[in-house]
Order: sequence, then C-alpha cells, then structure tokens
Amino acid sequence: MTLRQTITEKILAAHAGLEEVRPGQLINARVDLVLGNDITAPLAIQEFQKLGLGRVFDPERVVLVPDHFTPNKDIPSAEQAKLVRDFAREYGITHYYEVGRLGIEHCLLPEEGLVLPGDLVIGADSHTCTYGALGAFATGIGSTDMAAALATGEAWFRVPETLKLVYYGSLRPWVGGKDLILYTIGKIGVDGARYMALEFTGETISRLSMPGRFSMANMAVEAGAKNGIFIPDAATINYVEKRAKRPYRLFTSDADAAYAEVIEIDVRGLEPQVAYPPSPENVHPVSEARGIEIDQVVIGSCTNGWLEDLRQAAQVMRGQRVHRRVRCIVIPGTARVMREAIKEGLIDVFLEAGAAVSTPTCGPCLGGHMGVLARGERAVATTNRNFVGRMGHVESEVYLANPAVAAASAVLGRIASPEELV
Amino acid sequence: MRFRGRARKFGDHIDTDAILPGRYLTDWNRDPKSLGRHCFADFDPGFSSRVNPGDILVAGWNFGCGSSRQAAAAALKAAGISCLVAKSFARIFFRNAINIGLPAVECPDLVEEATEGDLLEVAVDEGLLVNVSTGHRYSAGAFPPVVLEILRQGGLVSYVRARLQAAER
Repeated sequence: MTLRQTITEKILAAHAGLEEVRPGQLINARVDLVLGNDITAPLAIQEFQKLGLGRVFDPERVVLVPDHFTPNKDIPSAEQAKLVRDFAREYGITHYYEVGRLGIEHCLLPEEGLVLPGDLVIGADSHTCTYGALGAFATGIGSTDMAAALATGEAWFRVPETLKLVYYGSLRPWVGGKDLILYTIGKIGVDGARYMALEFTGETISRLSMPGRFSMANMAVEAGAKNGIFIPDAATINYVEKRAKRPYRLFTSDADAAYAEVIEIDVRGLEPQVAYPPSPENVHPVSEARGIEIDQVVIGSCTNGWLEDLRQAAQVMRGQRVHRRVRCIVIPGTARVMREAIKEGLIDVFLEAGAAVSTPTCGPCLGGHMGVLARGERAVATTNRNFVGRMGHVESEVYLANPAVAAASAVLGRIASPEELV
Repeated sequence: MRFRGRARKFGDHIDTDAILPGRYLTDWNRDPKSLGRHCFADFDPGFSSRVNPGDILVAGWNFGCGSSRQAAAAALKAAGISCLVAKSFARIFFRNAINIGLPAVECPDLVEEATEGDLLEVAVDEGLLVNVSTGHRYSAGAFPPVVLEILRQGGLVSYVRARLQAAER
C-alpha cells in the first residue's frame, strides 16, 4: 500500500519519477516551467552562459517577463531588460513578453494559461508561489537556481512538511483573500510556515474566487512557506479550461495524509485587515487602523492586480474624489486586465476621481519607480511587503490592505473602511 | 571548508530589502563590487566599512526573508563575509547563499551566546562551530551530501557543469 500523501507530496513525487516522497527527503525533480524577470534573469543568463551549452532545456518551457523596472526607469534598468530581450531572441524563447503586451508575471502566467494544475513551476521571484492557487506546486528560487534549471530542466528540492489551514465561516462584505492571508500571517508569524507547504482548505476557501485564492497563495512566502497550495475544484477547472493549451492533472490530498499541523481558522466576523510596518505579521483590523493619515495609495501588484480587485476599488471610488493630500496610483496586473477595466468603465472611475493609472509594472512595490516614497511619507498599498524602506526612503512607511480599503483610504486621506463610503 | 573570523551580529527577521535595498538591483551588472559597499545601506550604513575580509555574519531567526534577490547573498559575499551562521534562514536566501558558494549554517545556541566581535571558527563539513573568544563549542549537524558537494564545487554552476560533463562521458 502506498503512503497517504498531500497534494504537494504527490506533485513532487510525480515530477521526481517516484511513487511517493516523504517530508525531509531530497529529490531531483523535472520542472514544467522556469520563470525569470528583468531583475533576476540577467544574472541567471550570465551564469547559464558560463556553462557554454548554446541551448536551453526547452525554449517553450522558459518564461521571461521584464516587469519590475519596466517601462525602463533608467539606463541600467534598460540595459538589464535588453540583456533579457537579446537572450530571448538568441535562444528562441517562446514566452518572452514585451512592454505593452506583458503583465506583472504572477498575474500574467495564469491568465495566459501557462501554469496549469499539477505543474511544478520554479521562478526567480519569491512570489512564484502564487500559482499554488491553481493546484500547482510553485516556488521561488534565486538566479543561479534558474541558471541551472535553464540548462537541465531540473531542480533539487527538500520535500516540505505541510501545514494545513482550515477556514470556516462566511466572509463579511469587503473581506476577501487578502484579508484571510494577512490574518493568517498575523496568527502564525512571518516564519510560521518556514520551509513548509501551506495548504489552504475549508468551506470558506471553497467559496473563494480565483483572484482571492491567488492573493492568498501569493503571500504564502510572507509566512516563510516554500509553497502555498489549493486543492483544485470546479472554480479552478472553470478558470483553466478556457486557457489551457496542454493537458493537466488534478491532484488532491488523501483524507488521511500526514500534516505537520492542522490549524482551524474561524473567519466569522473578520474585518478587513491592515498590516502595519515593518512586517506583514503586524496585522490589525481596519477599525483599529482608521484615522492614520496617508500620503499615497497604490492599488495593484502581483497580490491584487486582478480585474476583481479593480472592480472592488472602483466600487468604493465611484463618484468620489481622491483626497487632496493623497496621490492614488492604480496599476492593473496585465494588459488584458487594463483593457477589461477600460471596457467596464473602471479606469474612468479612477481617472474621474483623480487617480493616476499606470501600465502594468511591479514599480512602486519594491521602491523601483512609479511611486517611490520620500522621507516620512506613508502609503496604503495592496502589495505584499511593508519592510523598512520597501517602497522608498528608509523613513517611509507602508500599510498593507485589500483594494477596497486602499480605495477608501485614498478618498478619505487616512486609513479607512469601505463601509464609511459605500 | 573551514572559516575563522570575527562575528558581525544581527537580530531576527532581517529581510533582503534590508540586506540590499531594491534601488541597487541594477548595480551588479556595471560594478559587482559595488554590491558590497551597498550591503545594509539603510539598515546599518557603517557595515561595509566595519567588515574585514573573512568575518562571519551571525544572525537570529529567519535571516534573509522576503525577496528572492540573489544580490542580497552576493552583497554579503562582496562585503567580505566568508560564512553565515543564523538561528534559521529563510529558504530562498539559503538556496542563494549555497548556490554562490557561501556557507549558511544554522546554529541557534552559538548565535544566542555570541557577541559582536567574537572570534569564531566554523568547520562546515563536520558541522562543528567554536566561539574561540568564549571557548564554547557547538554542533550544527552536517549538511546533506548534495549541499556539501555544491559548496565544495564553489557553487551551483560549477556543480551543474561537472554533472553535465559526467553525463557526456
């Protein structure tokens, strides 16, 4: 009889050519996709070229998305992007995306149907764990890991223990995936799932939208996790069916699979959550955060750049004005999200309110461009990190929240609940 | 692999934005050495001038959490750090350090008892650590063979090159 296994263990075993794997085991696994961006790929490319191979393991299974400092903010960033572009041409990389057609990588890959359930994906970006929302094993790695995978199509892993989270109860209005994951990180801490798989389950999750699931899986790394994963269900299949261009496999966890720990989380009565600087675990309900004055709002990022996020922000901002002291920057996650948002009139809502709307970019999230903060400035952002100096000056501050809270805060000039406006 | 150097001590949950702020992520290409000068640029501005080649970084829990930027591990190496000892490492940072041939050893007891400037010795293969200043000895347990082999080869690229060449023969 085979061992009872979790979804994470089954995907890893399938890619290592093994019947079963156990937590702690070191395996060499085949990867379905290798991802890099304009920050991490240039170094990976230089390391890869030291191997002198002249080809990548499979040009169709490499994805390059120059999304961080693009459209290029300065000459060095332009040169880094060019290095990636030249490599993509020379090596015939199928999935290279150019400014105007691209998106923030973790919004773009699911939208393009490049990641599917049952896949094993590595990306030289910590938020690669986002694709766990699709029932894939996806994890962030560094540039040298990427270089090795470009050459071999393989990577070594330590099979993680799994921490199972069971959410129950109905969500209140204006509460979604972002709040669930912030609340969870507040509960278990920024290393609460270090080296582990986070498996998100429970009745609340089965009713959660795909964008809500992406937001949760996206921030698994903020709890130290190797991957965050959801068991694929009807919502997953509905999402991937119209996008998939190749077959995929639905894995599930056995009922009696072994978990390092199972934590039940009661979400009844949960308010929108706000993570105070300088740590994503520094979480408070929005009612406590109300009143903190702000200078900037950023709505977007790989955590909250989905169409559903813009709909929620627009619902709050419709007919309102951005507070005179505040700059509000809206960054749709992909070019397609931007076009849909225009068709639905959402972009009009933002522009009429006095917000700035940008082409997709990671930009301000990591203090790159398009909204860097000055000394003493404070932002509410739908991004994923609020570390010291993350969005700019070392004495600036970032408060993390969901898109509706960010929109309400933009209008009122202070951290605010959407219920104050709608 | 043995290292001997002075402890440079940091606390818990030091993130990669603190180790190397995002604004320096385009610098490595023009001037790789500059990464060392920018190491802890905001968090501890005096760091790069205080470090002597061979010093050992000593840190608390979850060192290197956050972004996957390999430049953070490279910045520590460029600053002169020879070896890392922490209570624990965030996983992507751990991989990055090993992949560039920078040993990252978990040893909570040593970290708890070490103070800034203590003379330390780390024997990576055996997983043995000594605080020469206090005379205390510690065991960290050995790395898995694959990790040791990557370190012995000086990093993942050399390791992969050796494997590819072996496969050709």
